[in-house]
Amino acid sequence: MNYFEVFDLPVSFDIDTDTIAERYRDLQRVVHPDKYVNAPDRERRLAMEKATQVNEAFQTLKNPLSRGLYLLQLQGIETHDNHTAMDSEFLMQQMEYREELAEIKQQSHPFDALNAFLNRIEREQKQLNDTLSQQFAQNDYLSAHDNLRKCQFLVRLHEEALSLEEELNNC
Amino acid sequence: MPLLQISEPGKSAVPHQHNLAAGIDLGTTNSLVASIRSGIAETLPDIEGHHLLPSIVHYTERASTQVRSYDDDERANTQVRPYDDEIIVGNAAKSFANQDPLNTIASVKRLLGRGLKDLKTLGTRLPYEFVENEGQGMPMIRTVAGLKSPVQVSADILKVLKKRAEKTLGGELTGVVITVPAYFDDAQRQATKDAATLADLNVLRLLNEPTAAAVAYGLDKGAEGIHAIYDLGGGTFDISILRLYHGVFEVMATAGDSALGGDDIDRVIAQWIMQQAHIANDAEHHQIRELLDVARTAKETLSTQNTAPLNIKLDDGIQWQGKLTHSQFNELIDPLIQKTISPCRRALRDARLTVADINEVVMVGGATRMPRVREKIGEFFQRPPHIDIDPDKVVAIGAAIQADILAGNKPDDDMLLLDVIPLSLGIETMGGLVEKIIPRNTTIPVAKAQEFTTFKDGQTAMAIHVVQGERELVLDCRSLARFELRGIPPMVAASARIRVTFQVDADGLLSVFATEETTGVHSEITVKPSYGLQDTDIERMLKDSLEHVQEDVATRTLREQQVEADRVINALRAALKADGHHLLKHHEFLEISAALDELLRVKQGNHVQTIKKAIEHLDEITQSYAQRRMDTAIHHAMTGHKVDEFTQEN
Repeated sequence: MNYFEVFDLPVSFDIDTDTIAERYRDLQRVVHPDKYVNAPDRERRLAMEKATQVNEAFQTLKNPLSRGLYLLQLQGIETHDNHTAMDSEFLMQQMEYREELAEIKQQSHPFDALNAFLNRIEREQKQLNDTLSQQFAQNDYLSAHDNLRKCQFLVRLHEEALSLEEELNNC
Repeated sequence: MPLLQISEPGKSAVPHQHNLAAGIDLGTTNSLVASIRSGIAETLPDIEGHHLLPSIVHYTERASTQVRSYDDDERANTQVRPYDDEIIVGNAAKSFANQDPLNTIASVKRLLGRGLKDLKTLGTRLPYEFVENEGQGMPMIRTVAGLKSPVQVSADILKVLKKRAEKTLGGELTGVVITVPAYFDDAQRQATKDAATLADLNVLRLLNEPTAAAVAYGLDKGAEGIHAIYDLGGGTFDISILRLYHGVFEVMATAGDSALGGDDIDRVIAQWIMQQAHIANDAEHHQIRELLDVARTAKETLSTQNTAPLNIKLDDGIQWQGKLTHSQFNELIDPLIQKTISPCRRALRDARLTVADINEVVMVGGATRMPRVREKIGEFFQRPPHIDIDPDKVVAIGAAIQADILAGNKPDDDMLLLDVIPLSLGIETMGGLVEKIIPRNTTIPVAKAQEFTTFKDGQTAMAIHVVQGERELVLDCRSLARFELRGIPPMVAASARIRVTFQVDADGLLSVFATEETTGVHSEITVKPSYGLQDTDIERMLKDSLEHVQEDVATRTLREQQVEADRVINALRAALKADGHHLLKHHEFLEISAALDELLRVKQGNHVQTIKKAIEHLDEITQSYAQRRMDTAIHHAMTGHKVDEFTQEN
């Protein structure tokens, strides 16, 4: 059973987040270990396994990057490659972002600068998701794969920005 | 189809049975126990009417494992009875804190699941004598009654609450829900569970404190939407962002500091007094205790007054007098309040939300009684926080509600709590770096598998170090467990494929499994908690304590096996009644019924092994039935949807 089937949804990059969240809750209502506290050991183990699977499926589909990669895997496309031939324009921009991030600490209002930075990344992620949606709709997996790699870059950048935020908070 | 007689004569049907259950808030400063009585969740008082049990344990020279507190009414009746053969807990122990600080353990929660190294970073010196436990990371406290681990001290508190609940409710507890700070790591959770085992409690669930508060609050108000639960207790701080929707409490993110709380505020004030009164930094234990008491009183006074008088008796007998004003107080505590803001910010980020998305802010924990905390947090979230449920009791009340449901008293209730893992789990890789396996704020239960390979030709063992935390270096994270995978078949370097699965259960506890994939060899793993008790320790301590109360160990094992048999019988009967005829073929039904009858029969006897075998047999033959029941439930959950949607559309 693939993750889309778990929630009885068609295999697609576009998912209705409210629908999947609702089905996720309904499934957890019947498989969650809390419902089996007084059951024999075997049933409790089974419940934990099922609840784990439902969580895994939900986590994967909820997030656009992991959802996209999962769609490629369903097509038999290897997604753990180290293929890094990215378009140079994108790479240049990533380098600029990174420099900008490194300089935020020295700014007079680092929190404001970081916030603006994060918002920009988030906006860019959103745009990328729109593109991905179109590419998946047209079964253009090759282009989608390229964009998912870009997505990974942005996610990593976003994480770094968040850890900088923590660093700033702690000093 | 013939009707089969499967119910035991004289016993009422399963659904009518009421199981006694309780919620326990094992707090840094105070602990509470709550239960549902006549449909209402309430905290249970001791005979003097106190609901809060100060989390203080006093050990005396000839202390047995007999634990005493104001919960014992014989104490009230027999007036002057010496304390010298007892462990004293709660208010009764409080009076010893100044006279005998080394044998009076307060705030033990801060020490749970911690190593000696961590304790040193907990701020001002703790007024106890620590002893490193050879071979293990867990520190022991030296008392006149011998070395005590933080787990044992916590168990002594739990025993009093257990006794209180059983006396009030009039029977043995079938199970309890114990709350822990959401930000507790695996070692701290495990230590809490160990303490419960030592206190002979059946833990239905470890529940995160903010989630418990949300349950108490949400069910009370029938609230929906996104809530921020700000929980500043005596020694821990948590912020949780929860979504409440149709009875489902979904934790979206949690953050905090498991070593920050009201105690730190007392400490900051005490340090300020020391400066003002020119008290040296190496003051005696009892003086530090007194200072902390004065500080706490001042803090409480300042919640309602503008200044707090300070009176300290110095070592040379001179009385020092001073005062603490509101503005001085604010200046002292603002940095600590500020320290809680950054986790709030991080939790919002992790939940991908902003302050504007929060519908309600709920305050939990005694330290949120301080008006300054409410003011500052209200400012941050841009709305006044809710304070309408007693911040000291709300967690225990929520735990009691969950305990009642888990104990099976409300089979039709569809409340569900979906919690997360608070800190990322990772393993040590080359160069002392951490590779994250399960990121923080992942909904539990969760499992992740990771593949490893051998480094050398013929290598048959491999060491794995599991850590918890967000930092990149192993040194900056908490060490959870180290274990060795043994029995890897000898192969050329890098050709073995060892798949290690990390499973975090609904209590947030980790377990690890491993298989060598090319040969299918199951490797034996013993997870050695870095700062915990070994299972053998727990067994030994349990045995010790049982010997003291003169209960026969064999009787106990038999009793446990019978309880397990009852659980299997009750669950299976309910299942058969619900869908047995539906999901089982006739011969399967007959076979299961026969095995059930057999278990009922052997359960009456006193042969542990026979009961165990009968349970195992029943478990074996119901395997596919359990699977079918689960699949049917899932199918119903999904098709129920379609019907709903269809009706809505029309």
